[in-house]
Amino acid sequence: MAPKRHVQTHINGEPTEFLCRAHQSLSEVLRDELLMMGTKEGCTTGDCGACTVLMDGRLVCACLVLAVEVEGARLETIEGLAQGEALHPLQEKFLEHAALQCGVCTPGFLVAAKGLLDHNPDPSEQEVRYWLSGNLCRCTGYDKIVAAVLDAAQAMGGEAR
Amino acid sequence: MSEPRKFKWVGTRPVRHDGVDKVTGRANYGADLSLPGMLFGKTLRSCHAHARIAGIDISKALALEGVKAIVTADDFPELALDDHSGPTNFSDLSRNVMARDKVLYHGHAVAAVAATSPRIAEEALALIEVDYEPLPHVLDIRAAMAPDAPILHDHIRTRGVEPAPQEPSNVASKMELRRGDVDAALADSEIVLEREFETATVHQGYIEPHACVARAGEDGQVTVWASSQGHFMIRSYSARLLRMDISQIKVVPMEIGGGFGGKTTVYIEPVAILLSRKTGRPVKLVMTREEVFRATGPAPATLIRVTLGAGRNGEIRAGKCELLYEAGAFPGSPVAAGAMTILAPFDLDHFLIEGYDVLVNKPKTAAYRAPGAPPAAFAVETMIDELARELEVDPVELRLANAARKGTQATYGPKFNDIGLVATLEATRDHPHYRAPLGENQGRGCAVGFWFNGGMQSSAEVKLNEDGTAVVVEGCPDIGGSRTSLAMMCAEELGIDVLKVRPVVADTESVGFNDLTGGSRVTFATGMAVIEAARDVVRQCRERAASIWEISPDDVAWQDGAAVAVNGESSTRAPLSIAELARGAAQTGGPISGKASLNARGAGPAFSVHLVDVEVDQETGKVDIVRYTAVQDAGRAIHPSYVEGQMQGGAAQGVGWALNEEFVYDDAGVLQNPGFLDYRMPVALDLPMIDTVIVEVPNPRHPYGVRGVGEVPIVPPIPAIANAIHDATGVRVRQLPMSPPRVLRELDRAAKSGG
Amino acid sequence: MQEVEYDAPVSINDAVALLARSDSQVLAGGTDLLVQMRAVPPRHQRLVDVKRIPELVQISLDSSGLRLGSAVSCWEISQHKGLRESYPGLVEAAELIGSIQIQGRATPGGNLCNASPAADTIPALIALGAECTIAGPDGSRSASVEDFVTGPGQTILASAELLVEFRIPPPPERSADAYLRFIPRGEMDIAVVGAGVALTLDADGSCTEARVALGAVAPTPLRVDSAAAALVGTQIDDAALERAAAAASQAANPIDDKRGTADYRRHVAGVLTRRAADIAARRARERRR
Repeated sequence: MAPKRHVQTHINGEPTEFLCRAHQSLSEVLRDELLMMGTKEGCTTGDCGACTVLMDGRLVCACLVLAVEVEGARLETIEGLAQGEALHPLQEKFLEHAALQCGVCTPGFLVAAKGLLDHNPDPSEQEVRYWLSGNLCRCTGYDKIVAAVLDAAQAMGGEAR
Repeated sequence: MSEPRKFKWVGTRPVRHDGVDKVTGRANYGADLSLPGMLFGKTLRSCHAHARIAGIDISKALALEGVKAIVTADDFPELALDDHSGPTNFSDLSRNVMARDKVLYHGHAVAAVAATSPRIAEEALALIEVDYEPLPHVLDIRAAMAPDAPILHDHIRTRGVEPAPQEPSNVASKMELRRGDVDAALADSEIVLEREFETATVHQGYIEPHACVARAGEDGQVTVWASSQGHFMIRSYSARLLRMDISQIKVVPMEIGGGFGGKTTVYIEPVAILLSRKTGRPVKLVMTREEVFRATGPAPATLIRVTLGAGRNGEIRAGKCELLYEAGAFPGSPVAAGAMTILAPFDLDHFLIEGYDVLVNKPKTAAYRAPGAPPAAFAVETMIDELARELEVDPVELRLANAARKGTQATYGPKFNDIGLVATLEATRDHPHYRAPLGENQGRGCAVGFWFNGGMQSSAEVKLNEDGTAVVVEGCPDIGGSRTSLAMMCAEELGIDVLKVRPVVADTESVGFNDLTGGSRVTFATGMAVIEAARDVVRQCRERAASIWEISPDDVAWQDGAAVAVNGESSTRAPLSIAELARGAAQTGGPISGKASLNARGAGPAFSVHLVDVEVDQETGKVDIVRYTAVQDAGRAIHPSYVEGQMQGGAAQGVGWALNEEFVYDDAGVLQNPGFLDYRMPVALDLPMIDTVIVEVPNPRHPYGVRGVGEVPIVPPIPAIANAIHDATGVRVRQLPMSPPRVLRELDRAAKSGG
Repeated sequence: MQEVEYDAPVSINDAVALLARSDSQVLAGGTDLLVQMRAVPPRHQRLVDVKRIPELVQISLDSSGLRLGSAVSCWEISQHKGLRESYPGLVEAAELIGSIQIQGRATPGGNLCNASPAADTIPALIALGAECTIAGPDGSRSASVEDFVTGPGQTILASAELLVEFRIPPPPERSADAYLRFIPRGEMDIAVVGAGVALTLDADGSCTEARVALGAVAPTPLRVDSAAAALVGTQIDDAALERAAAAASQAANPIDDKRGTADYRRHVAGVLTRRAADIAARRARERRR
């Protein structure tokens, strides 16, 4: 067996290194090697968005990125959204609006929504719906999720980040 | 509901107790556990829709480095064909979990591997050699019932038919409900509509695939960590399938990532237990999305024929219904529930309802939110709309004129107590949406949904902490916020802040037995247990106060979280708060906790009315949902946000079922769309905001008036949308899904026949 | 154990050398490749990640037209202001591919080389008359996008060849493109039909040149000259649009599959051609002002 590959990257601002095999996806390594279980896997085909992370500021499905590809990248996962005890406004608004039921899609939605507000601090309802169409939720009908994201955008004064 | 009561917490919207864990990624679901030395399991699945298994050679796979164990049906005890309790046949379940002798659908499990990595386990699967002798298969109801149809199970004779048949059949059973003289009443009806409906196989579509970890010890004790709708179910089913004592298995509930009925049975847990027993190491089994689609319970395809008779005066006089539901590869479709719900919203004296449970070479169906009811409602509720147009009356008024009310003998048997159908219809009629103007190519439809709701067994414990805060220990996995509803009921009884009550979903050894989370029963039944347990705590607190004050407990009342002396004793004594009583508990008799175990009766039935506007692209047949209002009787909404969430989520699933979701099979019986890309569930862009109106007609059999809310919202969307499409285009679509090609075909047909 | 190897060369020559080995495969965005890898039992593979090769990830837009690296992500395409102004149809196609997450990885080069009949960017590129540059062991060569795909999953690429970039001429005056696809949901699906139209008007609003391409209606993306001919010489009025629609339906040669029936696709090919041509014409007229 060939030796594992050594990868150096940044996760949530922390320099991180890990060993992996070339076939392993980023979501597999986040979960099974780094034990960062906040990134969920619902399909491993890029169709549900539960494993959404930000890679160099760009939204990606961690199941469709090979772990070896993140060499030198800057990754943001759900675990980096809150700062210490302070929740991100999106997290606050998801709780306030009851924007989750089973909650398994929630980390992906939150990371995707952060990507949206980073990119467009004052989105319309349609823009939120378009942006979040890569994230499946089977519980909520999206109503409260969309409301929470719009409310978070407003709470952040149109100045995301 | 004995008397009107003023609530402090019920009806408010606190942040859910498990919320922060779930928005930070800390909540652990089925696949989120990792144990030292853990192996990874993978399942080999049938590549035929129907075949005899002549042999399985695992030698090459076992020889692969890293492979630690392989199990097949030979590793399972062979159960007697009639080994069942209640509706569950354990021989069927065992053969569904691991095929024995025959595979009955493409994707049926035939072997499972445990290896040191998922990739090695996958590689091993490819090395297992199964010798199949393919058999002809059947994929739909008509083919399965044809005289020369290939038979799935040679031992099955149709139940419910007299005289008992001698020949095997794919019709596992027939059932019947009747009252009055339906043929005479139809003959008596000035208007008679006869229609046929077909619906496709659909899937619950929960985002979290089935996942578990099993660890067997040298002492024969097994621990299973699994996400499911009922860890007690996992325990009892696994014990039964593996011939173990229930006391040998402990199941720890992980957070569950959606179920909708689909996680009310076992698929992988007994397999993981066997692999762990064979290897002596923990084994993790996680289904792929493709496996979820190919092998876990979908909701059945159906064929429904209905004849309705009505008078010119708008009185619905007779209903004759024939419901044929696919069971999948083993008996047990939800046809009985379909039959019992199909005419339930009506006050009707003459009906005949027949239901058939039909075997086909598809995965065994499982419950899906109000199982059996949506296809039935699709049929009848679109016919009611048709009838209203024929009679030129408002469809809501027509429904009101024929609505079941308190005292109506339900078509499925009992007399209705207080129910909210009329109130819900009236709220719909009076909603601004009902009269709002429509745009070009738009149409509006409404429909009624009914669901029984369940009670069943629940246990709960309320433990008073030393500082007067509390823990609610319960045993029903929380899929949509039930933990917080239960904590709210506890807070209400104890009179303390809801955030000072910590709810816990405990493992099978830490709380009394609980039936699973299903049947919209948790807030109702487990809620009753929590209320009872909390009242026990209050009783004990009053007794402690009485002993401190040296007065009779009868002279101690409980107000706002404190014991208060009454009956002339109050002037001399300051109230004793729950915190003071808790701190002093050691001196007054020790820790305070209350328990309740019950089998809840009297779940109040739920009614729901959905109102939907659609816009139809006449050139492509694409239907867009442009406005949606869901109205529902919740009895009493404990946490309105999560009641709304159920209503919105059910509506969204109904939209998917109505418009695009379906299992597409090829001629070989292979599912062509086993993934989220081509099994088209609604995305955020497909839906508008879903307005909600909660009606509260309290359930007299619950202390607060609660009735279940989770299931009924999936019942009305399909007919409401079909009615809206008709309103927009003039065409009736009687087949699901009402996908663009089908709608366009109906539009073309209507155009060709001159409208 | 069947292993996967991975290399990320930084030059075209290195990539071509790596691709010459057996079992080699180009990894661009990976949104198709990773899914395909998981759909079959593990096997030996050598992945050559081309996203670190400068020529493959650049967008160069100037008066001589566009040079678009094959491994540029759809996200970058959709964020590029100049591209949206010059080739709105191409940007529309890129924005229709999957979700924002998928667009973050997926590339037009991958879309072309995966050679799905339903690929979204290919009809848009064909409508624009895009050419591609292909590097190989014997140097580089050029081919037009419309000749690139030879069948489902089949292309003209020989062993060890690498798609480097697309070249698109600058949009003529009073010209515009548009791309539409039909899917049953609002997002996320694979095209049931896709239609790309590029056209040029003269000063009087009469169409002087048109190209129409369809996706998902034949084994390969299809250029439909008959539909284009129906537009040329007209004011792109309703009658011309109807003729183009009829021609597109006529030219479509679809199959029944899980995503749609042949009859339905044929019909929708006409509808989308008409709508896309209408949008492109309106854009071209606006550009005139």
